[in-house]
Amino acid sequence: MAQKAIREYDAKSILARHWDTYFPNFNYPYRTVLVQSGEELKKAAETHPWLKEMPLVAKPDMLFGKRGKNGLVLFKVNKPGDVTLEDAAKWIDEKRAEKQKVYFSFDGDTPTGEPAEDYLTHFIVEPFTPHSQDEEYYISATVVGDEDVLYMSAEGGMEVEENWDKVVEVRFPITATEEEIEQKIRENVPADVKEEDKEAFAEFAIGFFKAYRELNFAYLEINPFVLQGNNVELLDMVAKLDDTAGFLMVDHWGAIEFPTAFGMEEKSPEVLAIEEADAKTGASLKLTLLKPDARIWTMVAGGGASVVYADTIADMAGIEDLANYGEYSGGPTTGETRFYAETILDLMTREKDPKGRDKILIIGGAIANFTDVAKTFTGIIQAFEEYAEKMKEVGVKIYVRRGGPNYEKGLKDIKEAGERLGLDIHVYGPETHVTDIVRMALEEEK
Amino acid sequence: MSRLFTRDTQAIFWNNNKTAIQRMLDYDYVIKRETPSVAAIVAPTSSNKFEKFFWGADEIMVPVYKSTAEAKAAQPQADVLLNFASFRTAYDVTMEALEIGGFKTIMITAEGIPERLARKMNAHAREQNVTIIGPATVGAISPGAFKIANVGGTIENIINSKLHRAGSAGLVTRSGGLFNELSNIISINADGIAEGVAIGGDRFVGSVFIDHLLRMEHNPDVKYMILLGEVGGTEEYKVIEAVKDGRLTKPIIAWCIGTIAKHYSSGVQFGHAGASANDDRETAEAKNNAMREAGIHVPNTFNDLPDIINGLYKELKAEGVIGEIEEPEINKIPAYRRPKQFICTISDDRGEEATYAGYPISSVALPSTGKGIGDVISLLWFKKVYPKWATEFIETVLKTVADHGPAVSGAHNAKVTARAGKSVVEALVTGLLTIGPRFGGAIDGAAKYFKYADDNNMSPKEFLAYMKKQGIPIPGIGHRIKSLKNPDLRVKGLMDYAAENFPATPLLDYARTVEQLTTSKKENLILNVDGTIGILMVDMWRALGYSEEEIDEFIESGTLNAFFIVGRSIGFIGHILDEKRLAMPMYRHPMDDILYDVKKAEPIG
Repeated sequence: MAQKAIREYDAKSILARHWDTYFPNFNYPYRTVLVQSGEELKKAAETHPWLKEMPLVAKPDMLFGKRGKNGLVLFKVNKPGDVTLEDAAKWIDEKRAEKQKVYFSFDGDTPTGEPAEDYLTHFIVEPFTPHSQDEEYYISATVVGDEDVLYMSAEGGMEVEENWDKVVEVRFPITATEEEIEQKIRENVPADVKEEDKEAFAEFAIGFFKAYRELNFAYLEINPFVLQGNNVELLDMVAKLDDTAGFLMVDHWGAIEFPTAFGMEEKSPEVLAIEEADAKTGASLKLTLLKPDARIWTMVAGGGASVVYADTIADMAGIEDLANYGEYSGGPTTGETRFYAETILDLMTREKDPKGRDKILIIGGAIANFTDVAKTFTGIIQAFEEYAEKMKEVGVKIYVRRGGPNYEKGLKDIKEAGERLGLDIHVYGPETHVTDIVRMALEEEK
Repeated sequence: MSRLFTRDTQAIFWNNNKTAIQRMLDYDYVIKRETPSVAAIVAPTSSNKFEKFFWGADEIMVPVYKSTAEAKAAQPQADVLLNFASFRTAYDVTMEALEIGGFKTIMITAEGIPERLARKMNAHAREQNVTIIGPATVGAISPGAFKIANVGGTIENIINSKLHRAGSAGLVTRSGGLFNELSNIISINADGIAEGVAIGGDRFVGSVFIDHLLRMEHNPDVKYMILLGEVGGTEEYKVIEAVKDGRLTKPIIAWCIGTIAKHYSSGVQFGHAGASANDDRETAEAKNNAMREAGIHVPNTFNDLPDIINGLYKELKAEGVIGEIEEPEINKIPAYRRPKQFICTISDDRGEEATYAGYPISSVALPSTGKGIGDVISLLWFKKVYPKWATEFIETVLKTVADHGPAVSGAHNAKVTARAGKSVVEALVTGLLTIGPRFGGAIDGAAKYFKYADDNNMSPKEFLAYMKKQGIPIPGIGHRIKSLKNPDLRVKGLMDYAAENFPATPLLDYARTVEQLTTSKKENLILNVDGTIGILMVDMWRALGYSEEEIDEFIESGTLNAFFIVGRSIGFIGHILDEKRLAMPMYRHPMDDILYDVKKAEPIG
């Protein structure tokens, strides 16, 4: 939830769509395409003739930065500005053919930290814009604490980080009026912006900040943008949207995709199924797979309690034993709980523990405020009935701890069901400390 | 304000969330509050005027309003708004309440309000010194005084967790689920809480840890404080600062959950929307360490939290900071209770003597009381004691409309039925059944349309044009034979009475100007007796202090016709008894008085 990264192409498209509202006195050609293969690029040239007519720049559009330093920007074959449609198409097909290593941080030009390795799937292609270094500017906006902060610098492009001391920071309370915003930005245009650009810079920055506010961006950065009189080029953009504003912004954003970060594992079908179920209910169903071959699985009610269980398991068993993270809350129906429980039971009973130990299932939860414990446990019991044989085959010890409305019945039911089905089940109520079942489950091992 | 809520705190509940409201009222009953903690419900799409809830084994009614403004106007003492609107409308509801003013605390339950809107709403509230609790929270509680909605869970859990009376801890958490758990832990390891708030899981919440801790610092009931934070954000550092600069002096126990997050680089969101560490300072570990260094009691793991609480509690008790708590007497919620099928708000026959709106029947019935039927009507119909001039006016009306001869349709029906050998009650209802828009209905109509014209400042000319456009003859205007020169003495009597006894007659004055215009067109277009009664009733209610909305409601619900029904029943019964005495045979209408015009039906298709 909340702040989610979008592709550079989508960020540019959103600004282009509202260009006349925020930048009425500037021209932006909006020449940009997003493709997944060389063939697709060539096809795009039929509707975007500039792809054939202009020298091009191609780069992956997959939420990560430092593409230049990673050697993933195509702007020259022999000399800058000589990339043709053919060249770009060929390069894209080369780059997507095998996994690429991407470093996220650099010390100078030397990569630091571990790279992520994955396939490149999305590329953005644009015209090569000849310009001089001193036409490159930097601008970005985000939320810091309770305030919006606008960052502006005359040093754009790769140089901004090395020259962060030259960046001008302007802070705005959420209640700032348009007049206050305009005045403050005009007063704070960086001193080293070229004299003839100062007025245009201020006007562009005002439009930029308004677009950031009104279009519900959580983060918006153009680095660099090039000012040539009234012509603007947005060379590189990074953006995050506040996705909770999605219902207000349907028409403003258009069809927006929130891609998974490069190198992150694609979501499994089980996780996608839970996400789909979550989107359809007023309750909350969340599942993240951390290490599917690990032996401790959690099925915890409540956002806070789920964190506390994960913390405790990490402390007592270590994270290499923790298979998943997730929670159900907000009063899910019996059917929803059953589906959630079956998903987890299915995942945890696919393989035996490689070291031959029993698996541990933690059915935990704090004392519920309003979720009916007996009702949700009925769903879990139904899932037990479905998976009892498999659970016995793999060897699963179940530890239950829960309180809240109707908990006595819920605990009694689940204990009886476990025993009836021949499962190894241990059931505790609110008199037992919430995370103490983790200790008990692990201690019994020794 | 050192305490968030008191035993007198009342809330307006936005959204008719019956379970949560019942939980609040059960809590009120258990802790023996005098007034219900929910003073009103706002339900924009409901047509109900009230909602019934249990109060122990009994039931009470909580009024329902269509808007926050109406609810606040009717219940100005309610200074807490429990905003249970969805994430789509929660912002608008809060902003409207801030505009209306008079709220000290607004609690918002919705999760996922757009961040920019949440920030705006929080900033406006802060400017106006209104405490926002939430968004994305289960609420707050002042044990023994006031509890928000579902916080604390069931009444059994509340008593188990000692949330029914004030203890010594001040509790602030981010998570709502763990709030409940912490209350339980504190009740087992110490003596319960004095005040507790779950601030909410969204990234931008209105009030934060430090706001509540600073208030609790000044609340004499709070002897020590417990803070349960979460990975992400920097709010805990504000608490550390306040400890360092001496604004917080009471002992604090704290723990941030989410220590696991450090093991996973990115992409795994642990906990709430607000729970995501953007830099090292925001990790649970860093915050736990920083708090420990500042002298806050921080356990090694969440599992150790109960011991730390128990240790500090015993220490404070040994020092005499915390005394013994006297367990208060509480009410028990009956195990079995069922909603009542009927409600009565006008009379009661359960006591020594049956009452009309609280007055024993003998106190209005006997001649020595000087009370008449007008007084009985004012008690049973309006639940008020009307002044003499009003009750006498009501009686005058009843006497005036009692009968208008045998030829009018109602009397005719009653007579025909009586002659068919039916009983008094059967004959009476056939007469009454004719009362409606054409017979007797002019009283309602006149009140409605004249009031509408007067409310909208229409000139008599505009009023006539308006009625013409509606295609309705003006109700209450026109008589078969009477005119200005040959006035209806009943009308004159009523008008004279009003002139002498009513404090003012604005609607009648207006109607007279209309009459001038209509009689200038045709002599007999005078204000008739129905019109005069309807109009003067409105003037009576205005003089008695009813609001225009209340009067409109009387008109809409047919109260005016009711006067006609009661009055004319006297006449109808007279005609029926007359028929019985005369023993007239079954009536058959003469055939030569019917136009027969029957054509043979044509087949279709």
